[in-house]
Amino acid sequence: MKQRLDRDTMGMRAAKELKDGDCVNLGFGIPTLCALYVPDGVRFETEAGLLGYGRLVMADEIDQADWHYIDASGRFCTPAPGMAIFDVVTSFAMIRSGRLISIMGGFQVSERGDLANWNTGGDALGGTIGGAMDLAVGSRMVIITMEHTTKEGKPRIVKKCTYPLTAKESVDLIVTDLAVIEVTPGGLLLKEVAPGWTADEIQGLTEAELIISPDLKEVEL
Amino acid sequence: MINKIFASFDEAVADIPDGAVIAVECWGYPATPHNLIAALKRKGTKDLTIITHCFIPQVFSEEHAALPAVLLPQMKKLISPIVGIMRLGAGGFVKEYVEKGMEVEIMGHGTLAARLYAGAAGLGGIYDPIGVGTILEEGKEKRVIKGKEYLFQEPLKPDYAFIAGHKVDKLGNLVYRGNYRSDQPVMAMAAKVTIVEVEQIVEVGDIDPEHVITPGIFVDRIVLIPPDGLGTPEKGRAVIDQLTQIESVRDLLFGKAD
Repeated sequence: MKQRLDRDTMGMRAAKELKDGDCVNLGFGIPTLCALYVPDGVRFETEAGLLGYGRLVMADEIDQADWHYIDASGRFCTPAPGMAIFDVVTSFAMIRSGRLISIMGGFQVSERGDLANWNTGGDALGGTIGGAMDLAVGSRMVIITMEHTTKEGKPRIVKKCTYPLTAKESVDLIVTDLAVIEVTPGGLLLKEVAPGWTADEIQGLTEAELIISPDLKEVEL
Repeated sequence: MINKIFASFDEAVADIPDGAVIAVECWGYPATPHNLIAALKRKGTKDLTIITHCFIPQVFSEEHAALPAVLLPQMKKLISPIVGIMRLGAGGFVKEYVEKGMEVEIMGHGTLAARLYAGAAGLGGIYDPIGVGTILEEGKEKRVIKGKEYLFQEPLKPDYAFIAGHKVDKLGNLVYRGNYRSDQPVMAMAAKVTIVEVEQIVEVGDIDPEHVITPGIFVDRIVLIPPDGLGTPEKGRAVIDQLTQIESVRDLLFGKAD
């Protein structure tokens, strides 16, 4: 049966890109779910100055929350063996020097890999930049997880972003609830589709033109 | 030895003039110098420029904590990478003040850090690859260096920095805890006058020199957070209780991780 991938499955698919030794910054939303599915040896970074923190504090454990440890989404997290603490000058040297992988949410991605993920309003008060611009420009690999279409059914993968950009030509891989798409110098390469979906159907929900991979397959987890 | 210890937060901020530029760390409720912010609010200093990592609405009682947002009526300008939280209405809470003339300057968090470092180190500014091709280009000099585009960003040199520290010796050698460190060392270096509120004051020699994060030369004033001060662990619990009453905030901070 034709279904869209749920948010957990999207997180699981994005997490599959990571391997032992990778350091990754997870943004708000679906990316946070990746933490549950990463292989051993992957470490998490927050731009506020932690590398290698442990699991998040959940609602029923609030009493144990330590105010001093907060992840990239502003949630309480726990210290873990091997964790390092540093200031933002050090943190953004990590981010901007290509040592990290970034998994972020997105509003729109263009056919050239332009990313819009901080603002839908068009003025400074319509959104929040935080570390997103630094992460998009500086990361070794940028993975965007987002629903393939908006709530109104409009494509999020577009020829040209209509929302204010976070960064130009920065996205490497897009994981949606329908497809896995790689941004290549030649264009957007459709590599995987959700079970039951055809490449034509995905193209129908995508404004930018897709190149169909000769190895097109169902999403692999 | 010069005495850097002030008896009260009010005395520590007493000389801050109208129009002052102040760097204040804030990462949600934590990593925030609540007591210094509250003292500046009591003083009523006007036309402030506030430089902060995170500017979000004060959704809990000021009896427990004070975020930079409590200074909104006293502000002329805000410089921050985070103005509001998208899921909680973005920067809507600031709109009323913008309509009355408050200026808002936004930028990436790493750009803020680099501009503060430039201010501290006496650099004339930075050429920054972040923001190229975005609305942040507006009004900025663009320069191509070795084939790559950069935007010129001016240094930030605050008049004051408000710092939330963990432990300090009487010379001002300072230790933070967890990611309270964050923007604070570079803010302390960039500001002309750095004021620290701290959980613990110890004798000179009690902090291992290998552990000092901000050397005392960057710390001008120290105030000990009293047991009934803001931002203490007890008041933190009260803040959590209030936050968990607000559904959207509860989901964001403590819900299932999505």
